Amino acid sequence: MESLYLLVPLALIIAAGIVWVFLWAVKSDQFEDLEGPAHRIIMDDDDKVKEKPDNES
Amino acid sequence: MKQENPEKPCFHCGLPVPKQLDIKVNINGNDEAMCCYGCQAVAQSIVDSGMEDFYKFRTAPSQKAEEIIPEFLQQLKAYDNPQVQKQFISDGSEQIREVSLILEGIVCAACIWLNEQHLNALPGVISASINYSNNRAKVRWDNNRITLSEILESITRIGYLAHPYNPDQQQRLIEKEKKQQLRRIGIAAVLGMQIMILAVAMYTGEWWGMEEGFKQMFRWVSMAVTIPLLLFASSPFFSAALRDLKNKRVGMDVPVALGIGIAFSASVMHTIQGSGEVYFDSVAMFTFFLLSARYFESNARKRTAEATEALLNLQPAIATKLAVDDNGIFNHQGQTSVSVAELSIGDYVLVRPGENIPADGSIVEGTSGINESLITGESLPVTKTINDEVVGGSTNTESPLVVKIDKIGDDTVLASIHRLLDEAQNRKPAIAKMADRLASKFVSIILLLASGVALYWYQTDPEHWVAITIATLVVTCPCALSLATPAALTAASGQLAKLGLLPNSATALETLSKATDFVFDKTGTLTQGNIQLIKAVALDEADIDHHLQIAAALESGSEHPVAKSIIQAAADKSKKIKVSQLENTAGLGVSGVIDGTQWYLGNLNYIKQITEQEVSAELLKQYQINEMTLVALATEKQIFAVFAFDDELRDEAKTLIQKLKRQNKTISLMTGDHEANAKRIAKKIGIENVYADLKPADKLARVQDMQQNGAIVAMTGDGINDAPVLAGADISIAMGSGTQLAAAHADMILLSNHIEHLYTGYNISTRTLKIIRQNLTWAFSYNLLAVPAAAAGYVDPWMAAIGMSASSLLVVLNALRLTKKAS
Repeated sequence: MESLYLLVPLALIIAAGIVWVFLWAVKSDQFEDLEGPAHRIIMDDDDKVKEKPDNES
Repeated sequence: MKQENPEKPCFHCGLPVPKQLDIKVNINGNDEAMCCYGCQAVAQSIVDSGMEDFYKFRTAPSQKAEEIIPEFLQQLKAYDNPQVQKQFISDGSEQIREVSLILEGIVCAACIWLNEQHLNALPGVISASINYSNNRAKVRWDNNRITLSEILESITRIGYLAHPYNPDQQQRLIEKEKKQQLRRIGIAAVLGMQIMILAVAMYTGEWWGMEEGFKQMFRWVSMAVTIPLLLFASSPFFSAALRDLKNKRVGMDVPVALGIGIAFSASVMHTIQGSGEVYFDSVAMFTFFLLSARYFESNARKRTAEATEALLNLQPAIATKLAVDDNGIFNHQGQTSVSVAELSIGDYVLVRPGENIPADGSIVEGTSGINESLITGESLPVTKTINDEVVGGSTNTESPLVVKIDKIGDDTVLASIHRLLDEAQNRKPAIAKMADRLASKFVSIILLLASGVALYWYQTDPEHWVAITIATLVVTCPCALSLATPAALTAASGQLAKLGLLPNSATALETLSKATDFVFDKTGTLTQGNIQLIKAVALDEADIDHHLQIAAALESGSEHPVAKSIIQAAADKSKKIKVSQLENTAGLGVSGVIDGTQWYLGNLNYIKQITEQEVSAELLKQYQINEMTLVALATEKQIFAVFAFDDELRDEAKTLIQKLKRQNKTISLMTGDHEANAKRIAKKIGIENVYADLKPADKLARVQDMQQNGAIVAMTGDGINDAPVLAGADISIAMGSGTQLAAAHADMILLSNHIEHLYTGYNISTRTLKIIRQNLTWAFSYNLLAVPAAAAGYVDPWMAAIGMSASSLLVVLNALRLTKKAS
């Protein structure tokens, strides 16, 4: 059971890491649009290269 | 070989394709039929820019595209004016600019993709990204290579509408607040899990036996994790409670803070003592639950705010001012664009067709139809000519006008409606929040009880009085009570949002479920808000279709609603008829030459002047069109046909009224329209109480009358003329298609335009109230059982902690039933 003296602090360090990652995610707007990326990944087909149409006014 | 499959709808917008119309666009290798030139232009430009994939991926048909008219492009140009841009450009550097746009017409994820691809492909656009959940786009562009109006125009070309908007100060604060809330929830969740792991270990240790050394270590570690949680995540409860106490009132935050505070300090005491129960897990769990409930609640409100926000200032407030020479006479050469705020009394402004009149004034040149639906709710334009007064905010529909400004700013009619609105809002009867009322009493009772318990046990059993008092306080911890209402409201708001019914305030649901009287506006609420051709009657033996085509040809150049609906009706049967010498007599009618014959189309007075003939009243009665808007088609000698127009009822209006009646609600119709018209509509859908010819102030007075007789009034409306009465009613619902001013002051907004959802909303609101009552009953009865037991010393603190957590959980689960059953 003595391993607990190592494991509990270790757990706390991991928790601190998770909190840090979460705060970073909030800060960098990861939670701003929760629906868009799910759709975007399906639709962005990269086999077709889009050219810039130059006749656009 | 033009055999068209009549079943096949327009490939772009899904509306039926008129039989004779044969326009196609080659999309993904197939020739696809289009219903109109607007859709064709949009589909073609999507194909041309290499984004045909849009049609593969979209999951809903697009909105019907309108043909782009030059006036619209002219209006867009105003956005290039540096003065106007100053209002919403966030990155102020000379070349690289950034703007936030609200996009209209987004129906599915493919629309987002299409717009992003399209914008990013524009030369000069540096970056464009669209937020899927609120349909806002952020666009950065190089002003030397492309202008804002060109960007907006190119969005219009693919069938969407974009308005720049300025996320105002308040909006930014809300954004910041939302992030802060998210951080708190995340921290409460992660740290709470840590605490929970330790707590489970300790609970099982209680059962199986655990070395005292480990127990003590777990206590200290739990405390170490709880402290940051308390300091950061729970801080809003404490600051709100402090604020409440300073203002000498007891809100829901006081018992929450008290519960958390007491549970925490008792645990700290036990940790230091090295014996007894700790409640750190309860602190964490409760904080997490409450924060989440509040987050979702405020998110629901934010969505509503977004739907209404900022749109009021959308129209570029720009007027075309005419130069005046020394004699005070204006001339058309010296035109300058000025912002409306710079106008002063006596200025002459040019108002082109399609533009809004910038301020109150009188016409000095020109004759045109003015759409004053903003003020009167009347959907047909009113003809005005020289010396007639015009109201700022109304729209010029036909031909250019020169207007001399008489009133600006606070003196205008629009400003006076605003004032009426503010007054009504202030006098709005408030139904106090049930839970808050209960909470303040509850807290006082707990505190009294706890001091009584402490006093009693201190005298009878000095060794245990602390433990027993703490158990009493913890067991009464009002978690369940404070979660009861927000949890149910949150679940219900989500359900309503799916229907497109957005609540603006937390009390909206409560009030809706109590409403006794439902009042409806006519135009735009019960009706579609735009007139349609209802009946066409031929007065000779010929085919009415032929007359309709002639009429459509004559109206081909007009933007008037009557003209539009004639053209629409004739489109099914349209053969191209050549007209020459088209002439428009504003407000009366049109004339033109077809195959050498002079034709006239106009209202009955106009036709009477020209033909010196009249359409007999009996005949109109016979066809039941005598109360509608009538237009006749004639040559100089003979009247050939009469067309009757009316504002069509919404399909679901009748069912809604029937359903509400079955619930024994009193239903009335209030409108600014004429009595005859109002009565006819009312009869059609079965409303007995009709109040017609009302001005905004009259409507408000009527509703206040009803309220004085004890009615709780639910008002549904759409126009600016409805805004004051919406603000004055106990609960108000604004139609999403209506004016933004109405929406901004309503308690709920019906975005979907399915008016029947109002009834579903009413149902959800009654069910929500029921759930809230169940929750409160449960929370109270739990306390009623647990408190005496704890006060008598029968409850160990760990039992109290489990009881408290379980009661909160039950309340949340009960509220979640709202999301399941309704669909």
